[in-house]
Amino acid sequence: MPALPRAFRPTLLLLLALPAALIALPARAVEVQRVVSPGGITAWLVQDDSNPMLSLELAFRGGAAADPADKAGLSRFVAYLLDEGAGKLDSEAFQQALADKSIQLSFDAGRDTFRASMATLTRNRDEAFRLLRLALTEPHFDPEPVGRLRAQLKARLESKSEDPDSIAGRQLWAALFPDHPYGRSPDGTAETLDRIQAPDLKRYVEQRLSRDRLVIGVSGDIDAKALASLLDETFGALPASGETPAVPDVEPSTKGGLIVVKRDQPQSTVAFAEPGIARDDPDYYAAYAVNYVLGGGGFSSRLTKQVRVKRGLAYSVYSYLAPLDHAALIVGGLGTQNARVAESLDIVRQEWRRMGESGPTAEELDDAKTYLTGSFPLRLSSTGDIASTLVGMQLEHLGIDYIDRHDALIDAVTLEQAKTVAKRLFDAGELTTVVVGQPAKVEATRPSPLPQG
Amino acid sequence: MRLTPRPLFVAFALFAVALAGLPPRPADAKVFSPTVYTLDNGLEVVVVTNRRAPVVTQMVWYKVGSADEPRGKSGIAHFLEHLMFKGTKEHGPGQFSAIVARNGGSENAFTTYDYTAFFQTVAKDRLPLVMELEADRMANLQLTDKVVLPERDVILEERRMRIDNDPGSQLAEAARADLWVHHPYGRPIIGWENEMATLTTRDALDFYGRWYAPNNAVLVVSGDVDPAEVRKLAEKYYGPLPRKDVPPRDRVQEPRHWAGSRVELTSAEAGRPSISVTYRAPSYHTAEPRERAYALEVLSEILDGSVGRLYRALVVEQPLAAGAGAGYDPDGLDGSSFAFWATPRPTVAVDKVEAALRAQIATLLDKGVSEDEVAKAKQRLIDQTVYANDSAGSAAHIIGKALTTGSSVADVEAWPDRIQAVTKAEVEAAARAVLDPVNSVTSVLRTKPTS
Repeated sequence: MPALPRAFRPTLLLLLALPAALIALPARAVEVQRVVSPGGITAWLVQDDSNPMLSLELAFRGGAAADPADKAGLSRFVAYLLDEGAGKLDSEAFQQALADKSIQLSFDAGRDTFRASMATLTRNRDEAFRLLRLALTEPHFDPEPVGRLRAQLKARLESKSEDPDSIAGRQLWAALFPDHPYGRSPDGTAETLDRIQAPDLKRYVEQRLSRDRLVIGVSGDIDAKALASLLDETFGALPASGETPAVPDVEPSTKGGLIVVKRDQPQSTVAFAEPGIARDDPDYYAAYAVNYVLGGGGFSSRLTKQVRVKRGLAYSVYSYLAPLDHAALIVGGLGTQNARVAESLDIVRQEWRRMGESGPTAEELDDAKTYLTGSFPLRLSSTGDIASTLVGMQLEHLGIDYIDRHDALIDAVTLEQAKTVAKRLFDAGELTTVVVGQPAKVEATRPSPLPQG
Repeated sequence: MRLTPRPLFVAFALFAVALAGLPPRPADAKVFSPTVYTLDNGLEVVVVTNRRAPVVTQMVWYKVGSADEPRGKSGIAHFLEHLMFKGTKEHGPGQFSAIVARNGGSENAFTTYDYTAFFQTVAKDRLPLVMELEADRMANLQLTDKVVLPERDVILEERRMRIDNDPGSQLAEAARADLWVHHPYGRPIIGWENEMATLTTRDALDFYGRWYAPNNAVLVVSGDVDPAEVRKLAEKYYGPLPRKDVPPRDRVQEPRHWAGSRVELTSAEAGRPSISVTYRAPSYHTAEPRERAYALEVLSEILDGSVGRLYRALVVEQPLAAGAGAGYDPDGLDGSSFAFWATPRPTVAVDKVEAALRAQIATLLDKGVSEDEVAKAKQRLIDQTVYANDSAGSAAHIIGKALTTGSSVADVEAWPDRIQAVTKAEVEAAARAVLDPVNSVTSVLRTKPTS
C-alpha cells in the first residue's frame, strides 16, 4: 500500500498544516525547557544525551511573500547562498569546513518563514555553531556562487515547469491569490532571478534576519547552560530589529471553477483548494478532525475509500488544512488516468458536499480523535523532528505546554462542533480545481491564471 | 545546502546510509547493539532499543522481491504487497489499516527487487496488537476478485504516476533493461504495464503461498522496548505459525556483456536535460573480495556531494553543470550499480556536459585518488553512524535491508571498521575493476520545445 499522500505541499507548510506534527509525548519523554541567554536570546530545548549529536532548527518570521514582486525568489536566493562563503572562508572553504566535521547545515525559505536546519556531532558542536554564526552574520555573496546559484535556480525552474505537481500547484495558488504575493511561487521566475544582484542579497540579510523575528528549537546532546552561551555567541551579532515588509492578510478567492492545463501525459494530475481555517481559530481542532475523516487519514479517509479502494481510480487522493500566516486553505489532490478524471472529480465533489451537509458520523469522529491523539508522539522520532516541532510551536504561539495540552484540545471536539465547522468549511461550489493532463470529457470553465507551457 | 538537482533516473537509494546488520556487541558498540535470535519456526528476530520516545516500530521483511517473480508475472511482488492490506478470515478487508489508525498508529509497506517490507509505528503498549495483526496476515491472507481487481487499477495508476507521466522515469526504465539484459533486475519493480494488467487473484495467492512464511522473514522491532519482552511477544504471536518449504532464490544470473549501451530520450515533457553513466557493480553480497564493496562506498563518497569531485569540477570550476554527483548502493543480493550523473546549466549543451563527465571518469582511472580524499571520505562515512542512531526507524531499515540482501548482523556492526580499513589502493583497484565501458549504460535525456 505505499500510500501516504504524495504531497505537492511545500515542505515548509508541513508544520503549519499538521498540528499533529507538534508532538505530544508524555512528560517523561519530552520535557521542553525555555532557555534564555544572558544576552536575552530565547531557544526551546529538549535535552537528550542518549546519542552524541544535536539538531537545531530556527525560523525568522517573514518569507518569500515579503519579497518584492520584481525580485520574487529573493528569500530562497539568499537562503541557498548563506553557506557559500562567510567570514574568512570562501565558498569552497566553507563547504569543506562543514564536510570535514560532518556538520549538516541548510537554509530555505517558504512563503512565511526563512529557516535553517543544523545537525552536528557533539564533538564538533562549537565549530557547527561558529559556522552557523558566520553564515547568518558574515555571508559573502561572492560573484562565483551568486552566478552559480542563479544558473541552478533557473535550471530548477525549468525542471518544475514540466513537473505536473509543480504546474498544478502554481496555477492553483495563482488562481486563489490573484492580487497577493501568495499567488507567486517562492521560486520566482527567470526574469526576477536575473534582477537579483549581490547588493539585494546583502540588504536582505541586514534588514530581514533580525533577532525580534527569530525563533529557535534545539534537541539533543546539550544542556541549557551550554546552549545559553552558544546562543549569545551565535546570534548576538544579529540586529535587534529589522525592516521586513508587511504582508497583508487576504481572503482566498471563492470564485471556484475548473482550470485545465494541457500536457501530454497518460495520467491527469489534479489539485484543488478553497478557503480553510486559521490556526488560531477556536474551531481549528474540530476542522482538523473533520479533514482527517474526509481526506487526511490514509486508508481510513472517505476520499481514499471512495476513490481508491472501491473504484481503483487513483493511487493517491488526499486533502489537508494549510493555514498560512495571512490566509488559510484546504487543499487536496489526486492523480487518475485521463479517461476517468470526470468520474473522479464527481466523487470528490460529492464527498465534499456530503461532508459539508452532514459532517462526520459520531464513530468517524471518535476514530479521528483516537488516531490524532494516539499518533501524536510518533512524530518525535528524531532530534530533527523535535527541534522543528519546537520551532512550529513558537511560530504558532501554541505555548510551551502545548505538548501536554494537545490531547485535551482534540478530545474536546464535539460532534456538534465538528458538524458546524464542516458546514462552514466544505463548499464544493467554492473549490478551485486545476487539472494538468489531457482529461477526457472535462471542460475548463475558466482560463489558467498563468501562461501554459 | 548546495543545490544538486538530481535527475530521477539515478534516484535509487542514493541517500541510504549503507550500514548492514547487527550483532550483540559490548558496551562500546559502534552501531546499533541489537539483540538477535531465531524462533523455532525459522523467523529471525532483531530488537534494537532506542528510548528517545515511548514508541515502537515493527517491521516485517520478507526475503522476496520483484526479482523473484515468475517470468510473465512482472509486478506481482508489489501487487501482493498492496493486497496484504485486503484482509484475513479474522480481519476483513480494510480492517488492518482501520485498526492501526484507531490505535494511533502509522503504517506502510514497500517493495524492491530483493525484499518486501511492512511496518507500523505505534505507542509502545500497542506492540502486541500490531504483532497479532502482522502475524495473522503472514499466514491467513484471504483475497477475492472484488477487492483485488480495483487494486489492480490502483497499481496501474501508480505506474502512470511514477513512470508513464515522467520522461526521466521512462528513460530510467529503459536504461535498467539494458544494464541487466538477463537478470530480473532489468525489469521494473512495479512491473511492465501489459503484464500488470493481466495479474490475477490466483497469481497473487500463488506468490504469497510460495514465499510468505516465518522462515523466509525477518522481524525487526525498534524503539522503546525491552528485548526479553519482545521475545515473549514474538513467541506468542509468530511462534505458532508453521514453517513452510520455501524455494531457493534461484535467479538467472547476468551473462558477460560484449558492448556498453546508450539510451536517449527526447521529450517535450522533460523539463531539463540530463546525462548519466551507470555501471553494473558488485554488492556486499557479490563482491570478491567483499572489501571491494566498501572501497566503492568510499569512492562514491569522494565523488559525490557538495564537496565531491564531480560537483567541484563540473559545477564550480568549469562551470558547465547545474548539478553533478555519483551514487552506489552496496546492498543487492545479486549485485548493484555505480552511477555518475550531471545536469547541464540552462545555456550549456548536454553533450558538452557528457564530455566533461567522461573526462572526470578518465582522470579518476588514470590518476587515482589522494590519501587525503580517502581519509576524509572515510571519516564522513563513519560519522554517519551517529546520525543513523538519531531515530529508531533508520536502524530498523538498515538492519532489515541487510538481512534480506545476503548480509549478516555481524556485517552491520563491523561496518565502521570495514570502512576504516579501506585503503587508497583498494579504492583505485575498485574503480578500475568496475568502471568498464562494456558494463555501462549511458542515458541521455533531451528536451524539445512543446509542439
